[in-house]
Amino acid sequence: MELSLERIRTIIEKEWAEVFKNKVVIMTIVILPLIFTIMPLLVLTFTNSSVEGGEGVDMPAQFARTCQNMSMGDCMQVFMMNQFLLLFMVMPLAIPIAIAAYSIVGEKTTRSLEPLLATPITTEELLAGKCLAAAIPAILATVGAFLLFLLLTPLTGISLVVQQYIMGPIWLIAVLVVGPLMSIAAVNLAIIVSSRVTDPRAAEQISMVFIVPLIGLMFAQIAGLIVVNLFLMLTMAVTLLAIDFGLIFIGAELFQRETILTRWK
Amino acid sequence: MIYTEALTKEFNRGKNVEPIRAVDSLTLSVNEGEVFGFLGPNGAGKTTTVRMLTSLIAPTSGRAVINNFELGRQDQEIRRCVGILTETPGMYDRLSALKNLTLFARLYNVSDVAGQVEKYLRMLGLWERRFDEAGSFSKGMRQKLAIARALLHEPKVLFLDEPTSGLDPESARLVRDFITELRMQGKTIFLCTHNLDEADRLCDRIGIMKGKLVTVDSPANLRKQLFGHRIVFHLKALHPAWIELVCAFPFVEEAQVFDNRLLVALDQPEEQNPLIVRRLVEAGAEIQFVGELRHNLEDIYLQLIQSQRTTQPAERS
Repeated sequence: MELSLERIRTIIEKEWAEVFKNKVVIMTIVILPLIFTIMPLLVLTFTNSSVEGGEGVDMPAQFARTCQNMSMGDCMQVFMMNQFLLLFMVMPLAIPIAIAAYSIVGEKTTRSLEPLLATPITTEELLAGKCLAAAIPAILATVGAFLLFLLLTPLTGISLVVQQYIMGPIWLIAVLVVGPLMSIAAVNLAIIVSSRVTDPRAAEQISMVFIVPLIGLMFAQIAGLIVVNLFLMLTMAVTLLAIDFGLIFIGAELFQRETILTRWK
Repeated sequence: MIYTEALTKEFNRGKNVEPIRAVDSLTLSVNEGEVFGFLGPNGAGKTTTVRMLTSLIAPTSGRAVINNFELGRQDQEIRRCVGILTETPGMYDRLSALKNLTLFARLYNVSDVAGQVEKYLRMLGLWERRFDEAGSFSKGMRQKLAIARALLHEPKVLFLDEPTSGLDPESARLVRDFITELRMQGKTIFLCTHNLDEADRLCDRIGIMKGKLVTVDSPANLRKQLFGHRIVFHLKALHPAWIELVCAFPFVEEAQVFDNRLLVALDQPEEQNPLIVRRLVEAGAEIQFVGELRHNLEDIYLQLIQSQRTTQPAERS
């Protein structure tokens, strides 16, 4: 299969040129990461002074067992940060869905899909362009927000142990590997939904369902049902990699040019 | 340039439901440099045919060759050498006219993107508005922009689906003039239209479609086939006896009178007109002028579609 990088790049540029004219999308890309960066910083600042001794801290026993040499105060902060870690993983999921969900159905509503499909572009090139156009800004915003977070954490006065935990493999794998993989999975799913529905709003609403598993993970951790650790992160990364490949293949298979063109009224 | 053989397209409507046959055994050929008009009522299969010939959808059976490329096997090559103006040409409304065309020129791998974009924006009178968003354009301007988009990669064959539909007379005329210009440049044009006058003026040959291809010929030949030659003799005054004089000629198929005009059906007017003129003058008629009654394409179209309607039930039974 021959892929033209120039055509993929053209689709990405076209998507960005359109999407970045939308102020709501820009706000989402800028404000959501800022909020998700400031929130854990504030929590770290305030918990630092309030849980000095760590007495009376209420956290799942399963998590407390993983703290090992940490003080109760540090353990509490790590526990809190793990919730925010999941927010950093929501970011690359939430940002691109709005872009991806609109990508095919938007072309259908504006009637620009037919002339686009009449060009020599292949389905794989089109989907790759649409997918990357939605995922890249989200991944960059997430990584940027994480770097900002890392730069500002020392200012919160947290202990070296907590700082080392945040800069440790769990967070790095979560933000730099699992997040982008999740983003690609969500974008592919959103594009699949987008090519099957006829209303952009329906595409966006259905696609938003993909955030639910992550919210579930957050609640499971708060309830002490699971512990976010290195093993969980690596398992998620491997699983997502397989899901991504599967979704890319399914997406290309499900993208039936004929059905999209002839059933759309 | 375009050749189809028993090209058929059926659309499935689900299990236990008969598929709809949108195009039935279409066999036709369009020559290089020809403007071919494709006429037919709504739902006749015109757009489906265009979509098949531009390799947007696959035929159910039959074959087609476009610019020597086989449909179904060389689809990418076909897409590279054809341009299409769809019935409702969508644009990226938030992007400028310049950006819209630049994107498509890159998708078609045009070597001189800026040059081609400028050429067609200027040619269609949109250069001054190149930085304006396509969404701010009037319908006529959007149509011109869509035509420019279809031409950017200098396609050998151009498919135009209802190019003047919904345009005001001025814009429609501009588009028609542009098609004439393209025709003079030697482009092969496959024109789907409901505008029969437009087809009459622009097309070398016309195919009338209604699921099946009803007929193909030049507008002149279609007129001749359906109505023969009808010559009108404009007389200063009309005497009833002169009708009998004219009908006495063995080659006169029919003669009618209305006002001071005598309408005569002939098969070879070039040879037979002088004989009639001479006899009428000898009988004392003062002939003001002689002309051929030209049936418009609408008459031809309606006649053919009507005859198709009457033959179809018999065929089915």
